Amino acid sequence: MEVSYFPGCTLKQTAKNFETSAISSSKLLGIELKELSRWNCCGTVYSLATDDSMHHLAPIRNLIRVQEEGSKEVVTLCSMCYNTLKQANELVRAEPDRLQKLNDFMYLEEDYKPDLEVYHLVTYIKDNVGYEKLKDKVTNPLSGLKVAVYYGCLLLRPDSIKLDDRENPRIMEDMMEALGAEVIDFPYHNECCGSYHTLGKRDLVIERTNKIISEAKLDGADVLVLSCPECDFNLDHRQKNTLEKYPSFETMPVLYFTQLMNIALGGDLADCGFELNYIDPIPLLKDKGILK
Amino acid sequence: MKRIGVFVCHCGLNIAGSVDIDKIVEEVSKLNHIVYVKNYIFLCSQPGQQMVEDIVKEHNLDGFIVANCSPTLHEKTFRNTAIRAGMNPYFVEVANIREQSSWPHSKEKKKATQKALLIIKATIKKLVKNLDYHSKRVDLTKRALIIGGGIAGIQAALDIADGGYEVVLLDRQQSIGGHMAQISETFPTLDCPQCIMTPKMTEVGNHPKIILRTYSEVEEVTGFIGNFTVKIRKKATSVDWTKCTGCGECIAKCPAKPLSVFDCFLSKGTAMYRDFEQAVPSFPVINRDACLYFQKGVCRICEKVCPIDAIDFEQQDEIVEEQVGAIIIATGYDLMPMSEQGEYGAGKYKDVIDGMQFERLLASTGPYAGDVKRPSDEKVPDSVVFIQCAGSRDPESNYPYCSKVCCMYIAKQALLYKHNVHHGQAYIFYIDIRSTGKGYEEFVQRVQEESGVIYIRGKASKVFKRGDKMVVWGVDTLTGQTVEIETDLVVLASAMIPSSGAFTLASKTRLATDKYGWFSEAHPKLRPVESVTGGYYLAGAAQAPKDIPETVTHASGAASKVLALFSNDFLESDPIIVQVDPEICNRCGYCEAVCAYDAVKLNSKTKIAEVNEVLCEGCGACAATCPSGAISHRNNTRSQIFDMISVATEDYKEITTKFDK
Repeated sequence: MEVSYFPGCTLKQTAKNFETSAISSSKLLGIELKELSRWNCCGTVYSLATDDSMHHLAPIRNLIRVQEEGSKEVVTLCSMCYNTLKQANELVRAEPDRLQKLNDFMYLEEDYKPDLEVYHLVTYIKDNVGYEKLKDKVTNPLSGLKVAVYYGCLLLRPDSIKLDDRENPRIMEDMMEALGAEVIDFPYHNECCGSYHTLGKRDLVIERTNKIISEAKLDGADVLVLSCPECDFNLDHRQKNTLEKYPSFETMPVLYFTQLMNIALGGDLADCGFELNYIDPIPLLKDKGILK
Repeated sequence: MKRIGVFVCHCGLNIAGSVDIDKIVEEVSKLNHIVYVKNYIFLCSQPGQQMVEDIVKEHNLDGFIVANCSPTLHEKTFRNTAIRAGMNPYFVEVANIREQSSWPHSKEKKKATQKALLIIKATIKKLVKNLDYHSKRVDLTKRALIIGGGIAGIQAALDIADGGYEVVLLDRQQSIGGHMAQISETFPTLDCPQCIMTPKMTEVGNHPKIILRTYSEVEEVTGFIGNFTVKIRKKATSVDWTKCTGCGECIAKCPAKPLSVFDCFLSKGTAMYRDFEQAVPSFPVINRDACLYFQKGVCRICEKVCPIDAIDFEQQDEIVEEQVGAIIIATGYDLMPMSEQGEYGAGKYKDVIDGMQFERLLASTGPYAGDVKRPSDEKVPDSVVFIQCAGSRDPESNYPYCSKVCCMYIAKQALLYKHNVHHGQAYIFYIDIRSTGKGYEEFVQRVQEESGVIYIRGKASKVFKRGDKMVVWGVDTLTGQTVEIETDLVVLASAMIPSSGAFTLASKTRLATDKYGWFSEAHPKLRPVESVTGGYYLAGAAQAPKDIPETVTHASGAASKVLALFSNDFLESDPIIVQVDPEICNRCGYCEAVCAYDAVKLNSKTKIAEVNEVLCEGCGACAATCPSGAISHRNNTRSQIFDMISVATEDYKEITTKFDK
């Protein structure tokens, strides 16, 4: 099956490995992620933080692009893109006046009719492939790998866009278990990673990273799995700075869920793009016998 | 109607200060039908009423108008005057010239007088078309049904039975006692329910006027105030209670051990069980979902050990009918499900429990005979964190209301924990302390100042497990610091919600509830124990969260309302209600949909609307809704209302005519 795919900016830059591993593993599940021929910024935090219509032009224009291609569904990978596109979609559904205003403003575009659905890849796989079938397709189970699943904020809130139960989600955990991994109880799964403070208040993010990664270690995790390039930057790349500040800090590989899915489904290792991970997961995966 | 009198009240200077009474008397005297006009300084006073009565008799009036204050104040007063004078009381009308004229126009004497005159004229127009309606008598069954045998139901049952009337007390559990029986000790005096409630339970069991129907549920309710027929499902107990002596041999020997509902799933009970040792009645029932015979076809040990052959595996549910005149709803409360409190790890971690579970841990009849041990590993907790407002006062959790009892019972639980575990440390997260009952604030102060319990003002945000400890995150809003506490046990003061059976019962009785499912009272301040529908009364937490003293007060209130009802030999219905013209009714059913009292219904065969004259409160909603005009409100017909409007707008006729041109 073919589905429209919205990548977003980061997946073309620092999170290329998220995209390559997602495309590769989805293909193995029979899902063709077809990148939109035209797309722009998802709207990012600006569309979430303000109540005006101006900042919703970007996400709605993207949804118009999906509509132009005759598609009824669009899949995202980045948590931020998912959140902005889905929230904008829900907003114009609830407020027809707002939709009218946005359509009038973008009079050169075709009118957006809010009848398409925005999916995160996890939900899309769960609904269209199913975890039973996913399990059947696993050729290289992640046996013995203890995984802490980290949702951050953007996949669970607000209520209207949540992937699963806000406090005790299972959707990513169940996916990891289908891939053969052992999921540990990780209470920090929805704690804040520090987000954009990584630019202005690096120390704040170092504290968050120290707390979250150390807790995952304490709970017995081997790796942390997530779906957000921003979280990934803070929790993976900032481990360098965390180690500088706290010499006794123990590092931990941080992976996109698609990277593990690609390995479990027997995809090409090159598509995992591990060279972009700051903490190299390969030694651990070899140690566990998951990689030869 | 030919002979109408008008009585104009001065109300001291309230009316006479701005309305020219003499002018009113003069003008009104000139009108048609008016045979007598009289003014008086205070009509509602005893001499005033006597004067009215005398004049009605002397001048043989067949109707009169009192021009005074709002009808909510004195309409009834003067209707009674009319009865004493031998006149139909529904030929008394009130012209409200105080609230509607003299008060709002107190500085405009001319206008006030003019308006008062118009009001009186309009009221006369109405009165001349009033018809001769009389109240009807309806039979009254002087028996009450009480649904729910917690402390509310028990109190109401004893009050009514002691008043000399028969009571059917229903409970879906094996025993009466409700949640109060599960509680360890009660605030603020710390006496145990065993000491204060079991005597009442025994009294219920032995009372000649109380028919106890436990392990039973309401199947169907038909009829109306004074005349209800209730079908009750007696669930199969699998034990013949007419033979059983309550010796308990069968319970002692039962090998199936399901989790105990009474102990909030903290201990194992038996498939053959009674709720607790002091259960009333003392006869056991078989939990068929757990019984080895019913599930696997083996065992039947109870049958072998029963000395009197009371075990009956073949027993079926039975439907019995009761005729009653009044029904008290005393269905009580439950706590919100643990599954809804994911942020506190509720339902996920064994050592996160709710307030009722902690009551069982503290109770001498509880899982560890009153020793506080935590459920996961039976370790005595070195510290306990109590989280108040877990769900309550939280719009996001859908329970924005205050559960009212938690501030007090958490203080009590922390104190009892300290009594039990001397070295233990208790922490309480709270938003505010609400301790407004008698002796409550003193109790909380004692806990705060003398017991060493640490109160933290702020909400807990998260609970999770680290090793064998529970970690609680929260904020102390007094210092502005975030707090992390490692503890052995977490107790949630979960929001009180309506009892799980309340929703079904509300739909079976068609009783009004609020949006959370609490049964609605007829008036939030002045009629707190009556339901909106006649004949139904509310007792205890079925109406809203309540503690024990308040529940008992509420239940006694409901019982006194029932006793007052039963002090009549028959019911008299107010005739000023709606009536249906069956020839005009188009069977649309809008009236049925808008009736708040379940009084208007379409006939099952003809589909024509019919009014239950006892239930109708005369609100007029259906008359206003009826698109075909088939429903009219007696003595407030469309013709009367239009007459009144045309009189009241007389002065404007000229203006409006000009405008039309």
